[in-house]
Amino acid sequence: MLRPRIIPCLLVKNKGLVKTVRFGASKYVGDPINAVKIFNEKEVDELIVLDIDATTTGAGPDFKMIQNLAAECRMPLCYGGGVKTAEQAKTIISLGVEKVALSAAVLANPELVTEIANEIGSQSMVVVLDVKKRLFGGKYEIWTHNAKVNTGKCPIEFAQLLEKMGVGEIVLNSIDNDGEMKGYDMSLVKQVREVTTVPLSVVGGAGSLKDIGNLISQFGIIGAVAGSLFVFKGAYKAVLINYPNPADKEQLILSSYRADQAKDSR
Amino acid sequence: MIAIVDYGLGNVLAFVNVYKRLNIPVTVAKTASDLVGASKLILPGVGAFDHAMQRLEQSGMRQAIDQLVMQQGIPVLGICVGMQILANSSDEGTLPGLGWIAGQVRKFDVATLPHHTHLPHMGWNDVTPVTGGGLFAGLEQDARFYFLHSYYFDCLQLQDTLALSDYGIQFSSAVSHKNVYGVQFHPEKSHHFGSQLLKNFAEL
Repeated sequence: MLRPRIIPCLLVKNKGLVKTVRFGASKYVGDPINAVKIFNEKEVDELIVLDIDATTTGAGPDFKMIQNLAAECRMPLCYGGGVKTAEQAKTIISLGVEKVALSAAVLANPELVTEIANEIGSQSMVVVLDVKKRLFGGKYEIWTHNAKVNTGKCPIEFAQLLEKMGVGEIVLNSIDNDGEMKGYDMSLVKQVREVTTVPLSVVGGAGSLKDIGNLISQFGIIGAVAGSLFVFKGAYKAVLINYPNPADKEQLILSSYRADQAKDSR
Repeated sequence: MIAIVDYGLGNVLAFVNVYKRLNIPVTVAKTASDLVGASKLILPGVGAFDHAMQRLEQSGMRQAIDQLVMQQGIPVLGICVGMQILANSSDEGTLPGLGWIAGQVRKFDVATLPHHTHLPHMGWNDVTPVTGGGLFAGLEQDARFYFLHSYYFDCLQLQDTLALSDYGIQFSSAVSHKNVYGVQFHPEKSHHFGSQLLKNFAEL
């Protein structure tokens, strides 16, 4: 049986690992390579590493760092941050990364998805959508540049376009829920899931394994991504890299998952 | 020594790292002369079928690899698209494959899937070996590997299927014929399961 994926997401800033709340208030949580080593031991399903400086500072991807991370990773790695061209995506894949995530560049030019998918294969082409809900009216919009630029685009419509362009996976990131640890934005996930069939991963808001269980029980095959949950422990958010052990993870998946769920619910 | 064929596809470094941890010496082959003296080959791969065949042809290693595998009969392990090109052809492309294991690479029929998420087949899935030992020694029970693909190997000969997995249909997630082996999943990214399989290949 194919299993839903439970994925830690690490944010890199100034070569260090940070965790944010609502895309701000970044807190230093350690060294990226060290975190990867711990996640290797914990046998995590996959790992997402996002360089949150690369686009905003215009520096672009730090290939040396990416190579070091890829060499250390014993699980599939998805890298995102500052990628603008098919050439950069190809270089990153050649460094031993399985998937490359784009965001701002694709929002500006959706055809880039097709261009890159033709080079590295659709399965390795990931798009991250940072989504924020409007204060009035509750309309969802895609933001870029660390939630500083509003594209005004609707994530539900844009996800369909991405699928048409040949995207291999969509990562839905809720800006409002980031670091809040109060659960995923299920309404956003539902609306995007209903109109697409491409693998979907969700990040922003997971505060407990129960939140992950809820996501799996509603959507079946899905990527449940979490930042804070896997780097903090306890009410005072002490830094402690953690991840459910294989038995607990299996229990969580089996108790939440039914293969036909997502199809039935539609 | 095991030679990892670097024809510009797939995660060569990841294989080097797994074998380094296992204390098994390997070499990375970029040219035909790098392949001299190889006792085993690993053929990695990601991406499209035709692209993989083109890269292999352009690498200048095709002839040397044919010689090692077909004449000398050394074991070869194809990974992901590196496995698919062992077949005769693929629905994904127009170029002929290596034809070392009789079969056709086909696209999954998403209508058979019980769930809403379709393609690619992405994530951790069970792999059930048809027989124990060999490549799957110690992996007979509860083995799980990371998959990332939309096409699968449809074997012409039933006995060439080495392991089965389920994605809407049962498909051959590992194949073998004589000295030629292929796995659809990524052992280099499958934690201790993958490490065990790569160790087994080294010990064949």
